[in-house]
Amino acid sequence: MHTGNVQTIESAQLHRTDAIIIGAGPCGLFAVFELGLLGLSTHLIDILDKPGGQCAELYPEKPIYDIPAWPVISGQDLTERLMQQIKPFSPVFHLGQLAESLVKTAEGQWRITTDAGTSIEAPVVVIAAGGGSFMPKKPLLEHLEAYENESVFYAVRKVEAYRGKHIVIAGGGDSALDWTLNLQPVAERITLVHHRDGFRAAPHSVARMKDLVSQGAIDFVVGKLNKLVGPAPKLTGVSVTTAEGEKIVPANRMLAFYGLTMKLGPVADFGLNLSENLIPVDTEKFETSVPGIFAIGDINHYPGKLKLILSGFHEAALMSQAAFQICRPGERLRFQYTTSSTQLQQRLKVA
Amino acid sequence: MKINVTDHRGAQHELEALPGWRVMEIIRDWDVPIKAECGGACSCATCHVYVSDEWLEHLPEMTGEEIDHLEQLATRRPNSRLSCQLLMSDELDGLDVIIAPDSMG
Repeated sequence: MHTGNVQTIESAQLHRTDAIIIGAGPCGLFAVFELGLLGLSTHLIDILDKPGGQCAELYPEKPIYDIPAWPVISGQDLTERLMQQIKPFSPVFHLGQLAESLVKTAEGQWRITTDAGTSIEAPVVVIAAGGGSFMPKKPLLEHLEAYENESVFYAVRKVEAYRGKHIVIAGGGDSALDWTLNLQPVAERITLVHHRDGFRAAPHSVARMKDLVSQGAIDFVVGKLNKLVGPAPKLTGVSVTTAEGEKIVPANRMLAFYGLTMKLGPVADFGLNLSENLIPVDTEKFETSVPGIFAIGDINHYPGKLKLILSGFHEAALMSQAAFQICRPGERLRFQYTTSSTQLQQRLKVA
Repeated sequence: MKINVTDHRGAQHELEALPGWRVMEIIRDWDVPIKAECGGACSCATCHVYVSDEWLEHLPEMTGEEIDHLEQLATRRPNSRLSCQLLMSDELDGLDVIIAPDSMG
């Protein structure tokens, strides 16, 4: 095997665990807990760079009123408390990665490989992918795809890759502002382009950005992206429609931050008999049509399904019972309560 | 109380509505396909509808959040609204909307 590129080196680092959980939203996180109580180890993969799924990405500050024993809790607080609750089980997170392929190995294990080259093997896979993967919303520009991954990006993987570059950053949210500030020291020049002089971002970031503009360290253009200039995939400039007319901003990189949208992604190709983008499961084990692969939370479907966080929690508990039988064949599973079982309390690191 | 909704095929649906319900919730409740990814948190702009001109003056003012989301849409028109921000009331009885292409379920 050649080790000339990162991908190969990464895939050489094969992780092994009891259960691979795709999706680190509330249901994926609670699955760590239920599997952990049964002594099963877990790795989680999520395309977001933080745990919490929709709760963290779409409505961190919105109150949720139907979590048992919490008359009101925000998406962010729910995520933080779940993280606290699963801490004793030391789950391994692979964040900012997309679960790209699922194959069965010769040894009968499931192997998942991510777009970053991480490979994980386990006897059990739990799909807790909610409404699908969060993918960047793209600007509507002609020939955009021809520039992607060479000159146009929707996320920053390595700051170093932007050293000495002329960068157009498009958008008016926290991501656009944060990356304008973070890349400014390494970039040759940054031009922030937003359709208006108003931002949906932390006020201190906006203030710092405006300071940099007044110091002449960066440029800010109010306008709409019009077209990409240069022989694709090499970008030489970005044409922007401003109140004064068309303006070409010289640039060899463009970063567009227009928020995220949900797409099912590669899970659609895992061979799970999807019906209307949902994965049919039974209601005893929440297992899919493929033995050893389970689906819980918003992504599954069964008669009577309710897309509620609390339903996902219940599904995680029942799934775990079946997952135990697969991971520990022949071992007897005892039903125990956390209030009285010393074994569970040891696993929870309270006894 | 009713609303009229035009779906992705151009078919018109007259839907029974309840006061206090969000227009997005009514559309979803009757299984007319609409994405509405965030479930009504004004966080995603996938419940985008075009409102018939005669209804525009009856609608509630837009919040800054709604304006921000709509401004990012290439499909935005002067009569664009996020249907999760429209609460049904007697004043909106008979409201006429078309689901925008980016929000068709």
